[in-house]
Amino acid sequence: MSGLILDDISMRFDLPNGTSVQALKNVSLDIKQGELMSVLGPSGCGKTTLLNIVAGFLAPTEGKVILGGNTVTGPAQERGMVFQQGALFEWMNVRENVAFGPKMNGVAKAKMNETVDHLLDVVGLQDFKDKAIYELSGGMQQRVALARCLANDPEVILMDEPLGALDALTREKMQGLVLKLWKETGKTIILITHSVEEALLLGERLIVMAPRPGRIHKEYNLPFAEMGVGADLREVKKHKDYNQTREEILTMIWDMEEEIMGRTESAA
Amino acid sequence: MTILAIYIAIFVGAFFVVKAITTRLAARHDYTSLKTVTFGDESAITPDRVASVVSVVAIFLIWGAFTGSVITPIHAPGPFIGDATFTYTAEAVDGQKDDATVSFKVFEFGSVVEKDEVELGDGFAKNDSETVAAWRSKLIRVDKNDELGRKEGAKIVAVDGQPIQPGSEVSVASGKVSMTEKGTLNYKPAQGWQMEPIWLPSPEAVFKRVMRLQKEGYQNSTLMEHLGWSLFRVIAGFVMGALVGIPLGYAMGLSSWFRGWFDPIVEFMRPVPPLALIPLVIIWAGIGEKGKLVLLFLAALWIMTIAARAGVSGVKISKIHAAFSLGASKRQIMWHVIVPNSLPEIFTGARVAMGVCWGTVVAAELVAAEKGAGMMIMVASKFQLTDIVITGIILIGIIGYGIDILMRMAEKWLIPWKGRG
Ligand SMILES: Nc1ncnc2c1ncn2[C@@H]1O[C@H](COP(=O)(O)OP(=O)(O)OP(=O)(O)O)[C@@H](O)[C@H]1O
Ligand SMILES: [Mg+2]
Repeated sequence: MSGLILDDISMRFDLPNGTSVQALKNVSLDIKQGELMSVLGPSGCGKTTLLNIVAGFLAPTEGKVILGGNTVTGPAQERGMVFQQGALFEWMNVRENVAFGPKMNGVAKAKMNETVDHLLDVVGLQDFKDKAIYELSGGMQQRVALARCLANDPEVILMDEPLGALDALTREKMQGLVLKLWKETGKTIILITHSVEEALLLGERLIVMAPRPGRIHKEYNLPFAEMGVGADLREVKKHKDYNQTREEILTMIWDMEEEIMGRTESAA
Repeated sequence: MTILAIYIAIFVGAFFVVKAITTRLAARHDYTSLKTVTFGDESAITPDRVASVVSVVAIFLIWGAFTGSVITPIHAPGPFIGDATFTYTAEAVDGQKDDATVSFKVFEFGSVVEKDEVELGDGFAKNDSETVAAWRSKLIRVDKNDELGRKEGAKIVAVDGQPIQPGSEVSVASGKVSMTEKGTLNYKPAQGWQMEPIWLPSPEAVFKRVMRLQKEGYQNSTLMEHLGWSLFRVIAGFVMGALVGIPLGYAMGLSSWFRGWFDPIVEFMRPVPPLALIPLVIIWAGIGEKGKLVLLFLAALWIMTIAARAGVSGVKISKIHAAFSLGASKRQIMWHVIVPNSLPEIFTGARVAMGVCWGTVVAAELVAAEKGAGMMIMVASKFQLTDIVITGIILIGIIGYGIDILMRMAEKWLIPWKGRG
């Protein structure tokens, strides 16, 4: 096992009307094993596209993704994915959802049950294991999604705004859970978010992307994730560097949004 | 017209009565009752079950009232039944007049009665007696037994003292008497407001007919056999249609080649009503069982194909992505994601298909069949056996409704997640 390498990735969408969108241009990243990386950027800067390429759902027009020395050619269980919502199987109960990966991969029943029980404990859903998905709250559903991803023991976990649809309080609890899982499992995690605070808290390494074409704008190495493990996240937010970095990034993104608006206005 | 007016009156009346009673009894305290805006809020409109019950009762009441049924206390005025008399005045050539009485026995349709013997009376015009069934009329040559009749040049000039001539009509106590161009009297007892059984039998007559049909059968099969055959054809046709249509729909949802190949066929066949295929199917497959199964197969096929195709297209791409990321193979995704995800659509399609098949089978049997509900009512209508026709229609409706209720129950049980994705 070794790191995840994004080697000079470009992605161009050719539209049916003849024009094309440069969603990503020359994105290179070297992500160490066990790294927790958050990705931030204005809407439409190619975050989802980037994650889909790493997951193997899209082939980049240029460049390649290498995990553990092997080039990624399609989705596989070594790269687990947690979606924003609606990706759980509502015809299965909580338990069956979490057991989906091991079952598909032919894991022995006893071992599978053990894994599922353990993970349901970790995400605190032991009492809900026989409930249907639609009987759970949004936060619980995302915990099921996390557990389902972990059940397969992937090397990398990709999350596209996993907490985007949750209310502030639930979201904070879930951020704590993500940190805990990261520390306990030592997985490589890439997390896309719209929230600057979330990116700061859940990123040892924080990437800010810029749009048109989508590219890496700035990179930070931050101490807050490490500080936040098992601690009160509100305390972490009081750290003076936290506020300073937050302001800096907010201004940066604000400027980018301004620029986009200005450009669309002059185009119109 | 009167019936429609009565129906509307019951509708409005029942509304106010029920509303008055329910508001008196208990004010509702659920969530909906707290909504102040219910107009246009579809979720606030639930069927009022009291209204449903009153609605069904009202239909039976009106049906009973206008057919003289025992199930209703009040009836619309029925036809005149019993003994009626009227007198006629004959005038001989020499101007002398004489009165005579005509006694009519008006009997219920279907019963057998004998003419009464009457005294002939005095004068040259003699008394007559005759029988007639309710709702019918009878021509009567009252002068036939007169001493001075038509042959002798005598004419009838009045009925019950009212002058009458050829082509005119007068009212008597129990009905009407008219005179034909040739001078024959035609007696028509009063018809009242009720429907003649041959137009609309009473509810109990229909019920009795159901019992008799089941015991004695009609056209060589009992009622259950007729209905059973129809139902069997529907189920067999539907199952065949589903067995071919669902895989075809899946293939169309999963492969561009299948989609391209079958799209024109499916889109072309979809708007063709199955009834329009009956003549062609009869030409190709004959009027036997084979033709009917082919027809129902075709009726169900396109609906099920389209439902399955929509079910596959409706699967959220993130679910497929998630399954692939979890290491599922295409085959596993087919079974564990696409198929369950498409079940709600397929069930909706199945409900539509069953409805269409049930309608189609009856129509096909009307055209040609040896057994079946449609055949039963078709043959019965030729012999004016209205009670069998109505029996058939009611049972066809009940079975169709029953099928849909069963399908809905199965749906609730099998796919509880429907609409909650
Ligand atoms: N399938 C596609 N076809 C054409 N253009 C696409 C497609 N997918 C993405 N794009 C374009 O690529 C760009 C980046 O899209 P992407 O979804 O990656 O943005 P994002 O950063 O995830 O945005 P958001 O924060 O709103 O989710 C956008 O301009 C989008 O219009
Ligand atoms: Mg996105």
